[in-house]
Amino acid sequence: MPTLLEAEASNRGLRRIAGEILERHPKPAELMLVAVRRGGLPVARGLADWLRELDGAEPSRGEVDITLYRDDAATALPNPRIGPSDIPGSVAGKVVILCDDVVFTGRTVRAAIDAVMDYGRPARIELCVLVDRGGRELPVQPDYCVLRAAVGAGDRVEVRDEPAGLLALQIAEGESSQP
Amino acid sequence: MTDARLRHLLSVSDLCAESATGLLDAAEAFLEVSRRPVRKVPTLRGKTVINCFFEASTRTRTSFELAGKRLSADVVNVSASSSSTTKGETLRDTVKTLDAMHADVIVVRHGASGAPAYVAERTRASVVNAGDGTHEHPTQALLDAFTIRRTKGRIAGLKVAILGDIAHSRVARSNALLLPMLGAEVCVAGPRTLLPHDSAALGVRSYDRVEPALEGADVVMMLRIQRERQGVSLLPSLREYARQFGLSAQRLERAAPDAIVMHPGPMNRGVEIADDVADGPRSVVLAQVEAGVAVRMAVLYQCSQDPDERES
Repeated sequence: MPTLLEAEASNRGLRRIAGEILERHPKPAELMLVAVRRGGLPVARGLADWLRELDGAEPSRGEVDITLYRDDAATALPNPRIGPSDIPGSVAGKVVILCDDVVFTGRTVRAAIDAVMDYGRPARIELCVLVDRGGRELPVQPDYCVLRAAVGAGDRVEVRDEPAGLLALQIAEGESSQP
Repeated sequence: MTDARLRHLLSVSDLCAESATGLLDAAEAFLEVSRRPVRKVPTLRGKTVINCFFEASTRTRTSFELAGKRLSADVVNVSASSSSTTKGETLRDTVKTLDAMHADVIVVRHGASGAPAYVAERTRASVVNAGDGTHEHPTQALLDAFTIRRTKGRIAGLKVAILGDIAHSRVARSNALLLPMLGAEVCVAGPRTLLPHDSAALGVRSYDRVEPALEGADVVMMLRIQRERQGVSLLPSLREYARQFGLSAQRLERAAPDAIVMHPGPMNRGVEIADDVADGPRSVVLAQVEAGVAVRMAVLYQCSQDPDERES
């Protein structure tokens, strides 16, 4: 089970991204970090920590559950577990930064964009991921990404939320993810 | 992992504790959808839901209609007064017709017990029972369970008293099945003429006075006096009923101090429930209405899965 990203490297990467975000968007009050449940939650948290550390910025935070927005909602859910979405206030005029752990086909991101749009009309939506594993089926690209890695189509990328930081592992097809 | 999908929802007995809890959990997420600025998600885009109401209903029909629309399904309402039923069409032919129009879900309310089951045997669509005669009203029981869980934080271990016209009430029957399944202790009470002849068949304790049922109850569920379902008058007078069986503030004091009061609506104020109780702080009647849309969204969602996938 090869490690794609050590905890320390993902911390450094999120710090670099926080810097890039502040450079691009000098008014952090207009930022909103929206995590894609549930993998995106620790990514958004890590990013928020660095934004606070670097700039004292406290962007608003939200989360979306994309189950109801999937393009295969009617066929591909053997046991639908729908989590709550939570967007504080309005997204109108905000720069929304969608946070997820891994981007693969891009379908989840497409659904997350639709979900955010249902709360209003943001000025911009950008995408931040820990790992871009390639294999896109839609024209969706991350604006910020800690690691680009070519991962075989059958393999999985698992991100673990460890005390030292986020750890990304590549798990071969059929291999158990248990440590 | 068990399959949470539903083919039909005709009776609470189509559910088990796990699948019922799954529906309640999903309803939590759907409740959030109804509280958003844009109250619509694209989940059931391209699906057709036909509301077939052969009996008068405002709240249940509106609730199912909103549930379908908030999931982006195409919702069509057929009501008895404007349908070809008035021209003599049989239920069988109505079903065949709707089936030929490729409905995905048919929601049926009918005055005859068992009508939704009859429909389910004759269509490829999923059928949801929205109340059939004196048989069942499963989505009402689910929304009641959902409301109890949200206001009391749990269902298991609670004492629930269902009061009123038990014999004619499909709401009482569905709740008497569902709430014990989820761990509540249910009892029913009403005048002897409005208790089922075989109250043991309900599987819950029954009383012919409301006081022993109310004693220490955490949830008091009032039922409507259904004058339209009683062939002969089973009550001497509504005033006498109100005096002996109606829920007054004074009578409610027998229940637990934090007891909630529920009513499936429409309420006969001054008959089964006093004004000050209906509008009082214990009343969760409007929370029930809000829960109704969320629970029906969960039911439509699970019933709308594509048949091939559903059976695999």
